[in-house]
Amino acid sequence: MAEKLYIEALREGLREELLRDERVFLLGEDIGIYGGAFGVTKGLVQEFGEERIIDTPISEQAITGIAVGAAVAGMRPVVEIMFFDFLTLAMDQLINQGAKIRYMFGGKAKVPMVVRAPMGCGTGAAAQHSQSFPGVFAHFPGLKVVMPSTPYDVKGLIKAAIRDDNPVLFAEHKLLYRVKGEVPDEEYVIPLGKADVKRKGKDVTVVAGSIMVLRALEAAEELEKEGIDVEVIDPRTLKPLDMKTIIDSVKKTGRVLIVEDDPVSFGWGAEVAAGIVGSEAFDYLDAPVKRLGGLDIPIPYNPNLERHAVPQVEDIVKAVKDLLR
Amino acid sequence: MELTAEKKLWMYRKMYEIRCFELEVDKLFKANMIWGTCHLSVGEEATAVGAIAALKEDDMITSTHRGHGHCIAKGGKLPRMFAELLGKETGYCRGRGGSMHIADIETGNLGANGIVGGGIPIATGAALASKMKKDGKVTLCFFGDGANNQGVFHESLNIASLWKLPVVYVCENNQYGMSVAFKKSTAAENVADRAAAYNMPGEIVDGNDVEAIYFAVKKAVDRARRGEGPSLIEAKTYRWLGHSKSDANVYRTKEEIEEWKERCPIKRYRAKLVEEGVATEEELDKIEKEVEREIQEAIEYAKNSPEPSVEDIADGVYA
Ligand SMILES: Cc1ncc(C[n+]2csc(CCOP(=O)(O)OP(=O)(O)O)c2C)c(N)n1
Ligand SMILES: [Mg+2]
Repeated sequence: MAEKLYIEALREGLREELLRDERVFLLGEDIGIYGGAFGVTKGLVQEFGEERIIDTPISEQAITGIAVGAAVAGMRPVVEIMFFDFLTLAMDQLINQGAKIRYMFGGKAKVPMVVRAPMGCGTGAAAQHSQSFPGVFAHFPGLKVVMPSTPYDVKGLIKAAIRDDNPVLFAEHKLLYRVKGEVPDEEYVIPLGKADVKRKGKDVTVVAGSIMVLRALEAAEELEKEGIDVEVIDPRTLKPLDMKTIIDSVKKTGRVLIVEDDPVSFGWGAEVAAGIVGSEAFDYLDAPVKRLGGLDIPIPYNPNLERHAVPQVEDIVKAVKDLLR
Repeated sequence: MELTAEKKLWMYRKMYEIRCFELEVDKLFKANMIWGTCHLSVGEEATAVGAIAALKEDDMITSTHRGHGHCIAKGGKLPRMFAELLGKETGYCRGRGGSMHIADIETGNLGANGIVGGGIPIATGAALASKMKKDGKVTLCFFGDGANNQGVFHESLNIASLWKLPVVYVCENNQYGMSVAFKKSTAAENVADRAAAYNMPGEIVDGNDVEAIYFAVKKAVDRARRGEGPSLIEAKTYRWLGHSKSDANVYRTKEEIEEWKERCPIKRYRAKLVEEGVATEEELDKIEKEVEREIQEAIEYAKNSPEPSVEDIADGVYA
């Protein structure tokens, strides 16, 4: 085991898959000599060359579609979209093409591709460079959606995503890149569709994704000082969504808070809430299901406004206390 | 077409204003007073100023992520610009937009843009509105060499030509889209060559020669105003500083940067104005001093302005 940054673990995962399977290649804007806007692909072009680490023109729709085509024709492309926000430019190729080809063609084609993108606010990048909306992608049949929260998870999940025979949207919160955590030296892969209990507890379940896992864990520490024992569940993949782990936890605690970085209205938290109240966990609920998420506004530039646009540790602490009232 | 001495001095002043503004922003950024990111246009001042000098006051522009210069040339107020960069309530976007979203609808600036190529159809739409309203306005659309590979560039130019819209597309070709050299991103030799595909005039100008840009854009603006349709102008220039806040310049050489610095648009124009007898060195020094003072006053104003209040956080999402 060694302590590694999220960004390093992610790069290692990419590198191992590039070494393991020559069909894997990376394409995106400024991912070569520049190493990617956030530095994820640093050093890879030196090791694998410009044929496999491809700097593209600024053409998100085309590069995503090119990945679809290359995947159908037998390659395993990994696209980097520089900011999650720019995925909107690639929507047709991802949603109307990539996600549907297999089914439309009667199950006769495979589209093994990954689209990675950094999401989230907290860097002062304002409305068009700060959004988190992985939940949107989970709405579309044919796509898988992954949003790892730790260095351990990001490495295991990027490897699984690359090996998966379906298009996978891989959402990386940019504030996570510099977070450290234990990563095993030996090889491992984390299957898509398995939630992880990030902290065991008996009083309240907090279901949180991506950056919110870290904030929920921090909130749990504070609440522990007041004798409140919080269980934190990280779905890790939104699609497939592991409801069983969540339901089991809620049956145990009887109280649940769902925290997401996406704007809360129509967010994935509603899907989780519906899954809970529609299950046997309903009978165990001692309080209404509670949700926290981004405000229904574009992300503002001013740092103080920006901070208020998405849930922070103190908001989670307060919401948990409200649940126990 | 002749430029008056007054106009020439205005162009000099604006270029100098942009240069000082950008260098002060760089300082504020390094002092952690500006949050987020920003893209500076040091070295590219002539393109913004020369092109906008060819417009009438109520004509419109769309700008880019590298948009401070466009805003200044279009009549943007320095105090409100600095206030926006400092995230203050008195800023152009009430501190909600920041560097990449400065807009000033009153002076016809339809906004900087965080999406590369995002402004191109918007300029085209503004031109359509002018055609429908018969208001006689022309819209100037700034975009970078990187943006010319977005599908929306091609779709927009086709439509503008087809419908003969009063829009002028000005590509600021500073040789790079972030780290990717123009030659590595674009199959055509010049952006202007692409005009032929959309049946409109395409012209290449020295982007560091403010008068050359003025005359090229003026011709295109006059044509657009006569109802003869759009043009594409490519100004060849160079970005002196990094792409954004963090950039170690790994994709280009120091020599290349130095070579372009030799062609400084402001220094060049200064020499020309003195040589032509439009102004003396002393008169130009006086302009520079005035600008420097205005910049410092603008920064003070921004620093002393109030922060936006969290209670109003949801103001302005809907009309
Ligand atoms: C749709 C989209 N893709 C990528 C980016 C990231 N990005 C911002 S500026 C830039 C380079 C733009 O190059 P160019 O159009 O030449 O303008 P310049 O920065 O050189 O002024 C890139 C890739 C973005 N903002 N929007
Ligand atoms: Mg450029």
